[in-house]
Amino acid sequence: MSLLHLLVLSPFILALFIPFLYKWFRNVHTGWFILPLPVLLFVYLIQFVSAGPGLGFEPIMETVPWVPSLGINFTIYLDGLSLLFALLITGIGALVVLYSIFYIANKKDEPLNNFYVYLLMFMGAMLGVVLSDNLIVIYVFWELTSLASSLLIAYWFHKEKSRYGAQKSMLITVTGGFAMLAGFSLLYVITGTFSIQGIIEQSQVVIESPLLVPTVLLVLLGAFTKSAQFPFHIWLPDAMEAPTPVSAYLHSATMVKAGIYLVARFTPVFGGTSIWFWVVSLAGLITLTWGSISAVRQKDLKGILAFSTISQLGLIMSLLGLGSAALYFDVAEEGQVYTVATMAAVFHLINHATFKGGLFMAVGIIDHETGTRDIRKLGGLMALMPITFTISLIGLASMAGLPPFNGFLSKEMFFTGVLDATGLEVFNMQTFGLIFPVFAWIASIFTFLYCLIMLFKTFFGNYQPEKLEKEAHEAPIGMLISPIILISLVVIIGLFPNIVSYTLIEPVMNSILPGFQFDVNLYHWHGLNTELFMTLGVIVFGSLIYMNLGRWQETYFFLRERDPFNQVYDRGLDGLITGAQGVTNVQMTGLLRDYFAYMIVFMVGALTVTMYWFDAFTFAVDPDSMASIPVFAAIIVALTAIVSLSLPFIHHRVSAIIVLGVVGFLVALLFVVFRAPDLALTQLLVETVMVVLLLLCFYFLPELKKEDFKPRFRWLNLVISISVGLIVSLIGISTLALSDTAQFESISEYFIENTYELTGGKNMVNMILDDFRALDTILEVLVLGIAALGVVALIKMRFKGGEDV
Amino acid sequence: MLYTIANVCLVLMALSIAVLFIRVIIGPTLSDRVVALDTIGINLIGFIGIIMLIQNTIAYSEVILVIAILAFVGSIAFAKFIEGGVVIDRGDR
Repeated sequence: MSLLHLLVLSPFILALFIPFLYKWFRNVHTGWFILPLPVLLFVYLIQFVSAGPGLGFEPIMETVPWVPSLGINFTIYLDGLSLLFALLITGIGALVVLYSIFYIANKKDEPLNNFYVYLLMFMGAMLGVVLSDNLIVIYVFWELTSLASSLLIAYWFHKEKSRYGAQKSMLITVTGGFAMLAGFSLLYVITGTFSIQGIIEQSQVVIESPLLVPTVLLVLLGAFTKSAQFPFHIWLPDAMEAPTPVSAYLHSATMVKAGIYLVARFTPVFGGTSIWFWVVSLAGLITLTWGSISAVRQKDLKGILAFSTISQLGLIMSLLGLGSAALYFDVAEEGQVYTVATMAAVFHLINHATFKGGLFMAVGIIDHETGTRDIRKLGGLMALMPITFTISLIGLASMAGLPPFNGFLSKEMFFTGVLDATGLEVFNMQTFGLIFPVFAWIASIFTFLYCLIMLFKTFFGNYQPEKLEKEAHEAPIGMLISPIILISLVVIIGLFPNIVSYTLIEPVMNSILPGFQFDVNLYHWHGLNTELFMTLGVIVFGSLIYMNLGRWQETYFFLRERDPFNQVYDRGLDGLITGAQGVTNVQMTGLLRDYFAYMIVFMVGALTVTMYWFDAFTFAVDPDSMASIPVFAAIIVALTAIVSLSLPFIHHRVSAIIVLGVVGFLVALLFVVFRAPDLALTQLLVETVMVVLLLLCFYFLPELKKEDFKPRFRWLNLVISISVGLIVSLIGISTLALSDTAQFESISEYFIENTYELTGGKNMVNMILDDFRALDTILEVLVLGIAALGVVALIKMRFKGGEDV
Repeated sequence: MLYTIANVCLVLMALSIAVLFIRVIIGPTLSDRVVALDTIGINLIGFIGIIMLIQNTIAYSEVILVIAILAFVGSIAFAKFIEGGVVIDRGDR
């Protein structure tokens, strides 16, 4: 157990104490007790960051055995990639806790203990995901993040929409998580280890395995559902029902990037294969475009930010896909070009976490201080909320990709990445390569457009106090600290990008693309190249569309706010329920008759297939082994058959009982013929008792009614009955025939020889029952006792209904 | 000789049981059926006696006694059922 293990587990440990802290210190906001933990963790983690180019650090690996016999160990692996994510989680976590203290402050009735328990649970789970090396441990923490996320989305569980959003996110992410587990299992089957580093060493084995395609698709399904990639993005906009600190933390900076982390983590394993390249980059590209277009038509500020998050995650995902092409070329010169895409992905990951977190917090402030997030009600807040306006302006400018903020740099690198991709000579890129820059450019125009909409509709135009629930004013300083810190980071990284290039990006690149040489020097001025003209085009076209927005706004596309894929989800869920009900109603008729039919048909079918499969239908019975049939025995058997066959045609209850008694007597007679006096005795007694009992019971029942079945039904019953008789007879004959071939000695010889010597009795049947195999007899006695008690209980205890039995 | 006669007897008794069974099936009233059943029981006694002869054993003597008792008890039970509608009376009523 190293300090790093403690680091992952510490949020869970603290979560245990929150209910007590909440109860005993009611006048202190519970958030203050939480705040030191992420700060401490952040400070601890930042000491691993190295300064200076090419220094990096040796990855740290610490193992605590969990289920060693199955190869499941709680192994912490800290390298550049893990460190970046852990810093994001703890750093933004600290800021979000600080923000939430002021955000939920003046609501006295809020169950703060719930909120912080869930939040800490999430933080710990997320640290576990990014710091673990073992696939199963990652999966455990992965599901914990899904659970914590759902709990946080439904924080205001009295609201219908919160519960809907929580259920939706749970269903989608858990489905993906389960697929991911299947993918992990396949990886284990291929490589024989659960350790990611162990798998990376065997990446050649994985790539050449015939299970490559299902493995890639299953693992990516988990990553795509978590990171809200098309078409699994639909849960993210509905997750905006969560409190704003949660949206800022989970649904922009950390949890939705778990999928990105997974893709980055597995790039050294799968990178360089065409399926990985195409699935990752195309999914990212489609998500990028669809998200940016959908964001434009949102009327809710958090809705815009949700779709913007989807779009930016798609951007990062497509860059990771493009960057993985570098692994195809090995470490040679030509692969170096494509590493710029990976670098752009990592850089934008950092940038997105900073500006999106800041923007969410700004939106939370607007919501908090005006009572609405609807852009149709807001306007003219620039003079009223100057600090929030500045925060939003910088955040939006960075998101739109304008200089001198960090978004500009990552956007330029994004364009470089997609333009380089057109020069790719593998994976059919000669044919389809051009779609990358075209789609990327269109998506960037829409990104610019929704940033303009957000800015102008909120802060410019007319102030409409009559539509607002509260008088708009600036937020308290406590709420502003966190977004100010984040936005300062946006500016600082924008102006001095090399702060992060050697400290953070280079170690991450070493994790994603091991063995490559990088030029991570970031600088603003690239010269008059294509990327710059593309950015200029984005600005010009975006502004033109925004000026003509009035013409577009009335179109069908803009009036519909909900994503069309929600319908697929809703109808699918409804269809699942009605379909399942339909299937149940078809088979569960409530009629015992039908259930008997199912059971018997299955039994007959299974027996027939089994017998046929093993070629067991052999009827060559050796005539010598058969005994001769005396005439009287033949008559008795024929009589038994006739009596049995007459039973279904008797419509009088008492007559039916008598005929049944006759069958029993005949069977007793057969026992006599076959020399079994004990059986005959018992059979006679039991038969008589049964007839008397049946008479006792059936006297109180009405006369048998002739039931009118449909002919189809009667014929079906006949067929089923005959088939049962037939298969049992065939098996009997076949057993006889086969027993001739397999000559085993019967155990009865032993009893014949030893009954008197061992037991002192001469009646062999009784000695077997009472001595050799007395255990069966004891339990049979028990059965009779239970039956007798059951009868007494049934007769004596008459419940009126409603009693708790 | 004895075995041949015994076998012939068995066949005849089996046929007798068959004929009695026809009465059980078609017997217009319940009483016909009960009497037929009683007679089947008596036939069984004879049948088993002859089988004891053939198999040269006395193992079935208890069976014969039990059938005799059961046939009696069964017939009484049916008779009581036909007469009073119940087989076992309730106490002091």
